[in-house]
Amino acid sequence: MQSQSMPSATTSPSPPGGWRGFVRDWASDREAFPVPWGKAMMWIFLLSDTFVFGCFLTGYMTVRVSTTVPWPNPSEVFALHIGGVDVPLILIAIMTFVLISSSGTMAMAVTMAMRRDARRAGALMIATAALGATFVGMQAFEWSKLISEGVRPWGNPMGAEQFGSTFFMITGFHGLHVSAGVVYLLVVATRLLRGRYERSGNYQIVEIAGLYWHFVDLVWVFIFAFFYLW
Amino acid sequence: MDVDKATDSAAPMPVQPAHGEGHPIGLYLKVWGLLFVLSTLSYLVDYFHVQGLLRWILIVVFMLLKAGLIVAVFMHMAWERLALVCAILLPPLALLVLVALMAIEAGHTEAVRQMFFR
Repeated sequence: MQSQSMPSATTSPSPPGGWRGFVRDWASDREAFPVPWGKAMMWIFLLSDTFVFGCFLTGYMTVRVSTTVPWPNPSEVFALHIGGVDVPLILIAIMTFVLISSSGTMAMAVTMAMRRDARRAGALMIATAALGATFVGMQAFEWSKLISEGVRPWGNPMGAEQFGSTFFMITGFHGLHVSAGVVYLLVVATRLLRGRYERSGNYQIVEIAGLYWHFVDLVWVFIFAFFYLW
Repeated sequence: MDVDKATDSAAPMPVQPAHGEGHPIGLYLKVWGLLFVLSTLSYLVDYFHVQGLLRWILIVVFMLLKAGLIVAVFMHMAWERLALVCAILLPPLALLVLVALMAIEAGHTEAVRQMFFR
């Protein structure tokens, strides 16, 4: 539903912005958010997801602060042995770049969808999904490596037991989001390339799927900072 | 922010970018580049073993800059109306209260464990 369809005072060409607009949008006994309903709902879902990840990271902080056993040094735990030297955190850095790149291609897909260029938008979304799948693949490699080194949710040879439980829970939940996002993007991209949105004339779903994907990238920014770098 | 200026000069900004235009690809490429630079910088913080207060400050600053860029440009928050921006961005601030409470709690637990489990 577009705001244009609302029979109200908003038919004037440019509604006031800033605080005046804020008060008007929330106080005039009408639709508060002049965006398509799917977009508003996706934002509200992402808000709730923010609290889920916020609680996970807060729980991680709590167990890390309260343990008297030294916390394993992430810089060493996640180092890879390349060419005879241990490069710290290199896999995590590459995963970060891959996810950021997928956000970049997704943003461009949204622009292409707004220009109603279904083929380019679809191709960019498939590229985004491919980068996302690469990210999950590298995460699977990282998990296998840690599991083979004896890291378990209830203990590990490097230090505090809570390391394993928080690591598997937080990165696992994030990886699940990425995997679901890959499926979501592929479904939308397929429909896009088959011309479904061309027929309906409504390309909003691409921007909405993009919001979800950028959120997954956003969560990784916080996980990267708090779990891997801290 | 520069982002606002760039879009303001391009066109009088409607609530939604008009169909047939979208946001310029060049802007996304710039933000993409910036995110790469910021990620590299935060990786270098670890690579060069920066320690102590400087480490935490650098990590948090780079993190917040990256998050801000993603939310403002990639997620189009810079172009949304203030009513939606406030509805989405203000509630997560409640998490800061949770973090503060749990930090106090965790500090207390740690102190008690130091007394009884050493």
